[in-house]
Amino acid sequence: MSARVFALHGGLIAVLLALHFLLPVYHHGNFARVMVLACYAIGYNVLFGYTGLLSLGHAMFFAAGMYGMGLPLHYLGIGAELAFLAGLASAALLALVVGLLALRTVGVAFMIVTLMFSEAVYLTILLAGRWTRGDEGLVLARPERVFLGLDLSNPDIRYLVALGLFALCLVGTLWLVRQPSGRVLIAIRENEERAQLLGYDIFRHKLAAVVISGTISGAAGAAYGLMFGYVGASFAEVQYSIFPLLWVLLGGAGTIIGPFFGVLFMFYLIDLSSGLTSAYMLIAGVALVLLTLFAPQGLAGELRRRWVRWLP
Amino acid sequence: MTDIKTGPANPSRRTAIKTLAGAGAAAASLPLWARYTHAQTAEPIRIGFQMHATGIGSAYGRWYDRTTQAAARLINEAGGINGRPVEIITEDDGTDPKRGAEVVEKFANQHKCDIAYGTLFSHVVIGSAPRAGELKLPYFVVSEGHHVASGMLNRWTVQPGITDVKSQVKSMAPFVAENLGKKVTMIFPDYAFGHDHRDFFSEAIAEQGGEVIAKLAIPPSETSFTKYFAKIPRETEVIYHVMVGPAVLTFVKEMGEFFGPSRPQIFGFIDSLEAVDLASPGLEFLEGTYFWEGMPRYAQPDQTEFDKHYREAIGIDENGASVNDPKDVSTYAHMFGCWETLYVIKAGMEAAGYAGPQDRQKLIEAVEAMTEWPESNEHPQGPKLFNGKTHQVFGPQYISVVENSRLKVVQTAAMETGFYPDEVDYTTQSF
Amino acid sequence: MDFGPHLLLAAIEGAVTAAVLALMAAGLSLVFGVMRVVNVAHGEFYMLGAVLAWVVASTLGAHPALGFVAALAIAPLIVGAVAAAADMTVLKRLDYDPERTIVATIGLLYILQQLTLMGYGPEARPVAPPFNQRLALPWVEWGDGGVQLYWPWGLSVTTYKLFVIGAAGAVLAGLWALMTRTRIGLVMRATQLDGEMALAFGIPVERVYAGVFGLGAALAALAGVLIVPIQQAHYLMGGDALLLSFIVVIIGGLGSLAGTVIAAILIGMSDGIISVFFSPTLAKIIATLLVAFVLVFRPQGLMGKPPR
Repeated sequence: MSARVFALHGGLIAVLLALHFLLPVYHHGNFARVMVLACYAIGYNVLFGYTGLLSLGHAMFFAAGMYGMGLPLHYLGIGAELAFLAGLASAALLALVVGLLALRTVGVAFMIVTLMFSEAVYLTILLAGRWTRGDEGLVLARPERVFLGLDLSNPDIRYLVALGLFALCLVGTLWLVRQPSGRVLIAIRENEERAQLLGYDIFRHKLAAVVISGTISGAAGAAYGLMFGYVGASFAEVQYSIFPLLWVLLGGAGTIIGPFFGVLFMFYLIDLSSGLTSAYMLIAGVALVLLTLFAPQGLAGELRRRWVRWLP
Repeated sequence: MTDIKTGPANPSRRTAIKTLAGAGAAAASLPLWARYTHAQTAEPIRIGFQMHATGIGSAYGRWYDRTTQAAARLINEAGGINGRPVEIITEDDGTDPKRGAEVVEKFANQHKCDIAYGTLFSHVVIGSAPRAGELKLPYFVVSEGHHVASGMLNRWTVQPGITDVKSQVKSMAPFVAENLGKKVTMIFPDYAFGHDHRDFFSEAIAEQGGEVIAKLAIPPSETSFTKYFAKIPRETEVIYHVMVGPAVLTFVKEMGEFFGPSRPQIFGFIDSLEAVDLASPGLEFLEGTYFWEGMPRYAQPDQTEFDKHYREAIGIDENGASVNDPKDVSTYAHMFGCWETLYVIKAGMEAAGYAGPQDRQKLIEAVEAMTEWPESNEHPQGPKLFNGKTHQVFGPQYISVVENSRLKVVQTAAMETGFYPDEVDYTTQSF
Repeated sequence: MDFGPHLLLAAIEGAVTAAVLALMAAGLSLVFGVMRVVNVAHGEFYMLGAVLAWVVASTLGAHPALGFVAALAIAPLIVGAVAAAADMTVLKRLDYDPERTIVATIGLLYILQQLTLMGYGPEARPVAPPFNQRLALPWVEWGDGGVQLYWPWGLSVTTYKLFVIGAAGAVLAGLWALMTRTRIGLVMRATQLDGEMALAFGIPVERVYAGVFGLGAALAALAGVLIVPIQQAHYLMGGDALLLSFIVVIIGGLGSLAGTVIAAILIGMSDGIISVFFSPTLAKIIATLLVAFVLVFRPQGLMGKPPR
């Protein structure tokens, strides 16, 4: 890994650590949220930005992580650590099954198939209302939310745990895309036929990408539920599949730091404009249109195009 | 702080909290006059209003806002709370639990609100309440959900302005069984709010010797309903319906078209037609059907002074619509909860000698200690009984029949008919 | 209700859904086929059509039929013009890049929703149908004396619902004639096949794109006007409609009008008919998975050509 790449990503983590001590309490809380959601966006980016597969159903992985964690924790009392692993396992398993089926399709058909599976997952959560409490969802009590001795309802601990998870996802994907097999993913995105001619097993690489992407998204979902004490069906709705696409496109698809900036930008766009006017959706809409007009590669993508050509 | 074992916390913050708690204790030990003068020179009392301005709750949100602003104006005209004016800080939650929790954080940490208030949709309440509890922010919800009294939330969450769905449903069962029929088919949305209706009413009607013979759970975001009506058994004597969301009018209209001239008795929760004009095209068949109302939308012949005062303050005519636009129908059966909750907050803050965020715990304790509120300008919907253990209020319920496209109250169910055994005692929980 | 009448009722309801869906999806398919972009704001054009229908009908305040006919003429025109303007100011400058178009049309979606919320409000508002007679339908059964007709409880349809089915059929037939029998259609098809080649042959591709985008939106608006006497106008009604029509377009096969109509009928009907056999939410799950599996095993859609 080149020194400047190391410096950039290490620097981002260091800045976020420094912000822990500097941020006012409200923004401190927001950044914790943004970092967890950025993990979701990073997971999405593995599939969309690096492999070139546009999914419209990632909410099912986020929700699988969240419910896979929340249900056993709430009903079986297995402890937050095991529950988190159960969340990861649920998301990974779901991603494997969905990947095996959906990867028979490409392009818009892939979008629809993932969308449909995600919708089925959402409706199943409602159907199992006796356990999931449907749209109302479940509250995870504070004593249940102690992870490796860390009380996740404490704002300081929550921030640092969120940072830890974010750093793990960031460094993990950075490592992944610099691996030979990670480079195959990029090759598939750029020219699938050529990658195939070079003798790579396209299907297996794509399947691995779906599973990795789904698992990271699931980790974000499980962490979100644990940290904020709520597990609800609204996280499985279609808009939570659209969000990561939006974040990644805004931040810069196929960049490692892009997803984080996409989430941060979108969060504060809504938060600040809702303070200015009740018509904040209008501001958000106009901002999106302007951004696509003037920064077509997303924030980090634009950075790479204009100045920092080595940005991974 | 709490009885939960915490990991290594940031030492500076811990000291800060201790100092704060010390300051709170010191303030509380001051003589009354000292507190009062302090209060008079202080800032307004800031009430964070979590509003459903966008999303599926927006038709309700708009009227919750109008009611809130009217009550706050009257409170301020009458001298505010503890001599301090009330300021309503509104934030949109998009009717979304994730944004709801963020908004609660914003109230506590950014706007420095004294309390948060005003949420209606259950999933937003349940998504936000854990954060309110962690932030130790009193959270006054106006949701009619059973979530508060069921014990799933926390000591900081209170519902003192509107009766919960379990109580509402329970007090309807005797009327349905005695006057309409014993064989009931229920139609409800397939999520938690609908499941509450299903479970509580099935139980309540069985106690009255009746029976639910079919349960039709409608998936959310469904826009056409006729295909489901075909599942209604022929021997049905009463249809019990409750729907929410933008498709409610379609639902009721298609029900009319389905039955044509030979309909069974129909009993519905006005939620199915809240904010909808009863004179809308296609609703003619509702003549002679019955509705639960939280508060009678149409001014009744025996209208109280209090109801008159309440309508006037918000700007609502005798048909429950805006005085400026008779087509703009209010969510009359629910929004009184905002009005009454604000007056409970006022009474609670006065009883607690509330002077600032350090008195938040005392505010909750003061509200928990309250029991009865008589029917009055502050409580125009009717007399109330508050259960401090379950954090839930009880009040009368109204049953109305549609006559000439207006709702006429035929029976008032006393609050006692909606009582049920406590399911939680929040007062034993730590803050 | 007995099985037979129940199935008939579900089929009629499915046909109404299918009719509106086909109209809306035809608009999306046109845009998709010719311009190769996904218009996420398509559902909002449908919503605008419904909202404008209410505005026109309530402004005129005349007989319901008059208001409705006026809305049928005015709403699609306004919405088409709005869409064409959006195409010329935004989409054109994005060079119709598929991904950037998605973000831009999401932005457009927010803008249209918020403006509607501010101008029209959060309520669901009804428009009176021009006519709405309930028709009870008979069913046959084997009685003592052989075949008998009887009128099952609840088995009925309204004249307006029948009109919606007919109207959608007529508009789709007109669209088909436009595409295959006129010069405009020829130009559109040429642009669809190869934009650069069309440009080389002197076809004003930019204007064709604006026109196609406007026409697609106008079709969605027309679907909105037709549905509003049944379903009311609400500012969030576009979301689900968009998803459904998107699905229809893909299942039908890209750019195939016939495929789109077939898929609309299939999806509209299956939703209703599956609901006969299962509890409502389970029926929705099954219908959803069915769509997924159709694509898993026939990725090019029903009428699409397999990739080379």
